[in-house]
Amino acid sequence: MTRNAKDDGGPAVDAVTCDGLRYSFGETQAVDGLDLSVRDGEVFGLLGPNGAGKTTAIRCITTLLPVPAGRIRVFGHDATRERMAVRRLLGYVPQQLSADAGLTGRENVALFARVFDVSRRERARRVEQALEAVDLTAAADRLARTYSGGMVRRLELAQALVSAPRLLMLDEPTIGLDPIARTNVWEHINAVRAATGMTVLVTTHYMDEADQYCDRLALMHRGRVRALGTPDELRTGLRERLGTEGPLPTLEDVFRDVAGSGLDDQSGDFRDVRSTRRTASRVG
Amino acid sequence: MSEAPAAPRPVSADPVHLADLDLLVVPPRARTGWKVLPARVAALCAVELQKLRHDRTELYTRAIQPALWLLIFGETFTRIRAIPTGGIPYLDYLAPGIIAQSAMFIAIFYGIMIIWERDAGILTKLLVTPTPRSALITGKAFAAGVKALIQAIVVVLIAAVLGVAMTWNPLRLLGVAGAVVLGSAFFSCLSMTIAGIVLTRDRLMGIGQAITMPLFFGSNALYPVSVMPGWLQAISKVNPLSYQVDALRGLLLGTPSHLLSDFAVLLVAAALGITSASSLLARLAR
Repeated sequence: MTRNAKDDGGPAVDAVTCDGLRYSFGETQAVDGLDLSVRDGEVFGLLGPNGAGKTTAIRCITTLLPVPAGRIRVFGHDATRERMAVRRLLGYVPQQLSADAGLTGRENVALFARVFDVSRRERARRVEQALEAVDLTAAADRLARTYSGGMVRRLELAQALVSAPRLLMLDEPTIGLDPIARTNVWEHINAVRAATGMTVLVTTHYMDEADQYCDRLALMHRGRVRALGTPDELRTGLRERLGTEGPLPTLEDVFRDVAGSGLDDQSGDFRDVRSTRRTASRVG
Repeated sequence: MSEAPAAPRPVSADPVHLADLDLLVVPPRARTGWKVLPARVAALCAVELQKLRHDRTELYTRAIQPALWLLIFGETFTRIRAIPTGGIPYLDYLAPGIIAQSAMFIAIFYGIMIIWERDAGILTKLLVTPTPRSALITGKAFAAGVKALIQAIVVVLIAAVLGVAMTWNPLRLLGVAGAVVLGSAFFSCLSMTIAGIVLTRDRLMGIGQAITMPLFFGSNALYPVSVMPGWLQAISKVNPLSYQVDALRGLLLGTPSHLLSDFAVLLVAAALGITSASSLLARLAR
C-alpha cells in the first residue's frame, strides 16, 4: 500500500522546491541562491563538504529556520506561511543521535505519535507497526540507552515514520556507523520507502551510499547546487567534460571536480565538527 | 571530506521483510484549536513520568538537601527561637519554604536541560512536529511542575516524619499541588528564557547558580518579610517564590496568607514566563 500525489488524481507536485533560497549567519552566506526540486517518491541525496550549506538548507525546509530570501514549497505548501501544514508532511531525523536515552524504544516512538495527534485508539498499533518496520519489536521495551548505534538510528526512523510522513528527511543518517549497520539502516529506509511510497531527502558524506541508494543527487558547494543528476549522469558528465577514455570517474572524482581542492580551510565551523564528532563517538 | 570504508551489502545481512504497514501510510487526523495545547502538555508530562519511573535516582538524591535543611537548619532554629514565626514551631514554618525551594531547584534545571536537548537533537526534532513553540514551552513548564510535584510529595513526607503539623485536607493539598506546579512553571520558564539568551550550558550554569540563591534568600522561605531590610523587602515583593511560599504556608499550616493574590501572581508569572521563553525558543533552534 503506497501513496503519492498522483494517487489523489491531482497533478504530480514536487515533494520539495527551493527557489533562490538564501540564508546567512552574520556575514557568512551559508546558502546562496539554492534552486532545487525533489520529485515525489524519489530518494534524493544532497552532498557537499562541511559548511556547504546542506544542513542549513535542510533546516530551512523543515521550518526550523526562517526563509529570509527565496521560497520553499513542500508538496505545494509554503514553508514560511504554512509551517504547520509542512511539518505534518515531514519525518525528520537529525544528524545527532536524538532518541531519548531515558525512555524505552516504544516510549520514544509513542511520544512522536502523541505530538502528531495519533488517537489513543490506534496509537499502540501504529507504534507497533513503526517499530516492526525497523525491526525493533523485540527491543521495544528496553531503554534506548542500551541500544547500539545502528538500533538508535532505526529507532529514530521509527519515530519519524509513526506519523506517516510523505517526505522523510535524513541528515547524515549513517554517520559513525560501521559498514554493516550502515547497510542495515539503508535497507530499512529502502524497504519502508518501497512499502509506503514516501519521498526521501538525505544528506550524506558517503559517496558509496549516495551512489548505491540515491535516485538523484545534488552536489552543493558554497551554498549552491554545483551539479545535479543521477549518479550515472554525474559520472558520465565528468568524463565527457574531461574528454578522457577508460573507466567512468567515481562520484568522489565528481565531488572533487565540483568542490575543488583546499577544502580544509572552509570545511564547517567548530560547532559543525564538534556535533559530527559527538555523534560519531556516541554511536561508538 | 573523506569517503568512509565502502559498505558493501554484507552476505550475512537478512533482507528486510516488512509486515503490513497500513497505518504508516495514513496520516493521523490533526487536532486543531484549543485541543492542541492540552494534548502537547499531556504528552510532555507523560515523558517526565516515564523517565522518573525508569530512573528514580534523581528523586532520591534531590531529597537529601531538603531533608538536611529541615533536619539541621530547622531543628536548630526551632531551639534558638530567633525568628518570629507567629507562634508556630520554626520547623513547621520552614517546611513550606523548603518545599518551594526544592521545587524551584528542579525547575531551574530545565534551562540547562533544554540546551542539552538542543545539542542532542531532541529539541530540534520536536520543533519539526506540528507543535507551536508556545505549546512546547508550556509542555516543558508543566512537565517541570509534575516533576517538582513528585519532589514536593517526598519533602512533605520527610516533614511529616519530622513532626511538622500539616493539614491533610484533600482540597488544601490540591491547592498545594497547584502552587507547586505554577511556581515550577514560572521558574522553569525563567531558566529557559535565560537559556534562549545565553545559548550555552556553561554560561547558564553560572547564571543559574547566581540567581537561585538570591531568589531563595530574597523570599519569605526562611524568615518573614518583616524582618528583612527595606531593600530586601522590595526584592521579596517582586519575587514569585515569596507568593508561592505564602500560599503553601497558608494551605499546609493554616497561617494567615493571601491565597487569592498569591495564585494570581503565580498565574501571571507563569504566563509571562511561557511567553518570554516561547519567544526566545527560535534562538535555540538556530
